[in-house]
Amino acid sequence: MSTKGAPILEEIPLYGPKAGHSWSQRLHLDLPLLVGLLMLSGVAFVVLYSAGGQKIEMVLRQAGRLGLAMSIMTAIAQIHPRHLRLYSPVLYLVGVVLLAAVLIFGETSLGATRWLNLGVVRFQPSEMVKLTMPMMIAWFLASQPMPPVLRHVLVAGTLIIVPTLMIAKQPDLGTALLVFASGWAVLFLAGLSWNYVLALMVLGGSLLPVLWHFMHGYQRDRVLMFLNPESDPLGRGYHIIQSKIAIGSGGIYGKGWLHGTQSHLDFLPEPSTDFVFAVLAEEFGLLGCVGLLAIYLFILARCFYIVVQAQDKFSRLLSGAMTVTFFVYVFVNVGMVIGILPVVGVPLPLISYGGTSMVTLLAGFGILMSIQTHRKLLPPLESP
Amino acid sequence: MMNLDFNEKDRFHENKVFLNRVVACVLFINIATAGLVVRLVYLQVVGHSHYSTLAQDNRVKISPLPPTRGMIIDRNGEVLANNFPTYSLEVFLDRVPDVETTLGELKKLLSLSDDEIDRFNTLRHRHKGFEAIPLRIQLSEEEMALFSVRMPQFPGVEIQRRMLRTYPYGELTAHVVGYVGRISEAELQKLDPSVYSGTYHIGKSGVEKAYEDVLHGKAGYEEIETNVQGRSISVLGQTGPQSGADLYLSLDIGMQKVAQDALGEFKGAVAAIEPSTGHVLAMASNPSFDPNPFVQGISRAQFETLQNSPDRPLYNRVLRGIYPPGSTVKPFMALAGLEYGQVTAGRRVSCPGFFRLPGSDHRYRDWKKSGHGGVDLRLAITQSCDVYFYQLALRLGIDRMNHYLRKFGFGEKTGIDMDGEKAGIYPSTEWKLKNRKAAWFPGESLIAGIGQGYVQATPLQMARATAILANKGKAVEPRVLDHMKAPPDTEEPFPLGISENIPIPPANWRAVVDAMVDVVHSARGTAKGIAGGLTYHIAGKTGTAQVFSVGQGQSYKHMRVKAQLKDHAWFIAFAPAEAPRIAIAVVVENGGHGGSVAAPIAKAVIQYYLKGH
Repeated sequence: MSTKGAPILEEIPLYGPKAGHSWSQRLHLDLPLLVGLLMLSGVAFVVLYSAGGQKIEMVLRQAGRLGLAMSIMTAIAQIHPRHLRLYSPVLYLVGVVLLAAVLIFGETSLGATRWLNLGVVRFQPSEMVKLTMPMMIAWFLASQPMPPVLRHVLVAGTLIIVPTLMIAKQPDLGTALLVFASGWAVLFLAGLSWNYVLALMVLGGSLLPVLWHFMHGYQRDRVLMFLNPESDPLGRGYHIIQSKIAIGSGGIYGKGWLHGTQSHLDFLPEPSTDFVFAVLAEEFGLLGCVGLLAIYLFILARCFYIVVQAQDKFSRLLSGAMTVTFFVYVFVNVGMVIGILPVVGVPLPLISYGGTSMVTLLAGFGILMSIQTHRKLLPPLESP
Repeated sequence: MMNLDFNEKDRFHENKVFLNRVVACVLFINIATAGLVVRLVYLQVVGHSHYSTLAQDNRVKISPLPPTRGMIIDRNGEVLANNFPTYSLEVFLDRVPDVETTLGELKKLLSLSDDEIDRFNTLRHRHKGFEAIPLRIQLSEEEMALFSVRMPQFPGVEIQRRMLRTYPYGELTAHVVGYVGRISEAELQKLDPSVYSGTYHIGKSGVEKAYEDVLHGKAGYEEIETNVQGRSISVLGQTGPQSGADLYLSLDIGMQKVAQDALGEFKGAVAAIEPSTGHVLAMASNPSFDPNPFVQGISRAQFETLQNSPDRPLYNRVLRGIYPPGSTVKPFMALAGLEYGQVTAGRRVSCPGFFRLPGSDHRYRDWKKSGHGGVDLRLAITQSCDVYFYQLALRLGIDRMNHYLRKFGFGEKTGIDMDGEKAGIYPSTEWKLKNRKAAWFPGESLIAGIGQGYVQATPLQMARATAILANKGKAVEPRVLDHMKAPPDTEEPFPLGISENIPIPPANWRAVVDAMVDVVHSARGTAKGIAGGLTYHIAGKTGTAQVFSVGQGQSYKHMRVKAQLKDHAWFIAFAPAEAPRIAIAVVVENGGHGGSVAAPIAKAVIQYYLKGH
């Protein structure tokens, strides 16, 4: 190996316009992942039609959003991971600045300041940070040897904690949690020492009382209610109890589509957004729930396939972190609805009604697809 | 080369670390997902029945449908108790955010009285859950308009359509038909909630009370699917209410009016019975009251006025008024004497105007100071000779009198199909020993022989005794109800008792009834004043019951006695004497002589029945 331009670095695209492959390959879309996402969307339409009071307009609106989000996903899939990596610090900085702007100029609705009015559209910078956070941490750690040393861990930790606290201050505990998880996932995948992991857990545990101190009244209520929902069945524990009633009454086979009584009679809070899983559980029963989880697992499996196939550190860390974060989404939402986690406002990925989280999620899948479809043919690694 | 080697090694190491972490993540995801599934199984399989029940309770509310109360109708089809639709203001407690504030606002808006607020508060602590609680039962049109405009300010307060009881004849039927009123605390304890849900009223007196079970019907239910605010979405199922049965009374409202009018300003009572059946034709108690205010909830002041009035308008004198029957017992005494062989129809007794017990100076006076001279049974009854009956009583003795007169219902409840009747008293030695802890004196038999002393009877008892007499001994029990349109399995609330018929030899009957005809139709009869214009015979007997006793040697000075202490006037009769169709008892409190005051009232009623229509 004496010559410059070692053949192993020569780029031979696996997919590309020239390759003459199928339409999905030419569009830089990963077909199995796309199939999984469309299956999920199909479930979403069926459940939303029921949860939203059988209004077809609602389903159509959601389908419109899906179309938009899919376009964004496709657009992002065209971007080479190299470029994604290049822009990561800038995007991260923009995100932090916008978060700061929200805290200063943001619009308040329902007691939380999350929105930034850009004149034409109302924009939620915290959603953008969900993507820029893992990108930034992956960018930073990819240039360092793995596993990260303490100094790098501290830098990465600072990069994670600043936007997280800004989002928590809005207050938006759910998003803060997800943003924190996405950054932390990168660190974990980069090989963060188990000692640090344990230390972080202990630290987190010991910080809980401090966190409690800084919590808003309603956030404390949620935690208290999670610990003992029956203590106030008509007040604050209501959501959890009603949700459990909906799920439990669904049984194994469910009450049948459009026959969920809890959701249709307004007993279930927010049946088409945060608590949409309860509607599914009530109408389609345990089988429906397991089926949905199976679709999620299928998507996750494909994601992990992409993760291990990824060829550079940035791509691996980023795709891995986003995969883990996606699961955290699912777990936090379902865990909340079935009453094993406190109520935090996290939508069920790609099922809950609403456009914002869908765009963010599909943008993330766009990145995954870009990573998958911009791979180069590399000779197998040989042990030295 | 070394560098590349290092890089290669480094890469390989990094790869290993990363793949380890990926495996850790996959492991974590699988465990976490398994955790979710376990929880779902716990909720949906293990806890399914528990949560299903909760879900059902959540969405289905039971709303009672009150039944329509049966109507009460007289023998000619006149409606005595009816229902009319009204709009009431009702409060659903579970939907009212702040009851006190709401009440305060409504009080200002509709000028609710303290009475209404009090009653609402009582009901409020009693009722729980979904049921509406009435605040004002009858809203006027202005009040409805006033409230409707501000309805959005009062969540949980609604106008509901209800049926309200009404008594078209008011005072005329207050005692016999009675009235319904708000269900009281004590009544609520005894009621079956599945029957009375949604019902606010219950029979409080008269037929309304006696036939409550039949009149009320049975509540139905509506299973209403509700949303979280408790608002109805749809009706899932309905069990219709069972309307109460309509009651057809034997009462003749026309006769009732004649009786009430004839009583006029007098306090008193009229009971008229059809002898062959015991059917009550008229039952008037004067003074009366308007029952309608009781339905909507009578004010305390109004009620106290009625309650505390010295004339006692709330008191049903027919059933509950006990008076010494006076001379009206004489026909029954005569039958007893004949039965026990202590007199014969032709045996004459000399009446000097008083009677003395053997070995005593005490004079038992006749009402006629100069005496009646020699009287046989017929004259004794016609002129109401006391001495004749003193002597008869002495011969019979109180226990034989008691034994015989009890068969006519003296001292016994009549068994009428209404609540609250009094049994009156017909004494005996045993009775006195038990109740007065004393031995019987022969003199007390004399007093009992003319229906005074311990003897007490209600007008209804007297009417029944008269009916049995008119029947030649066939016993009947008074009935207010003629028939009802009730489901066939309805339990008869007042089954007829077994009354023994009295074997009266026709000659005895003849002797007594002839004398009673003479009371009205002979020149010496005590009720001869009513004979004019009759085209049939009335067999009657007057009575004058002393309210206070006149001391020895004193004379009863008619004019000087205060009105409250004047004698009660009685008249019992049946007609036509040959084929009786009506038996009647009239008492006029402090009316004086039976013949002049009570008999004309009886005549008016009999005339109405036999000739009036």
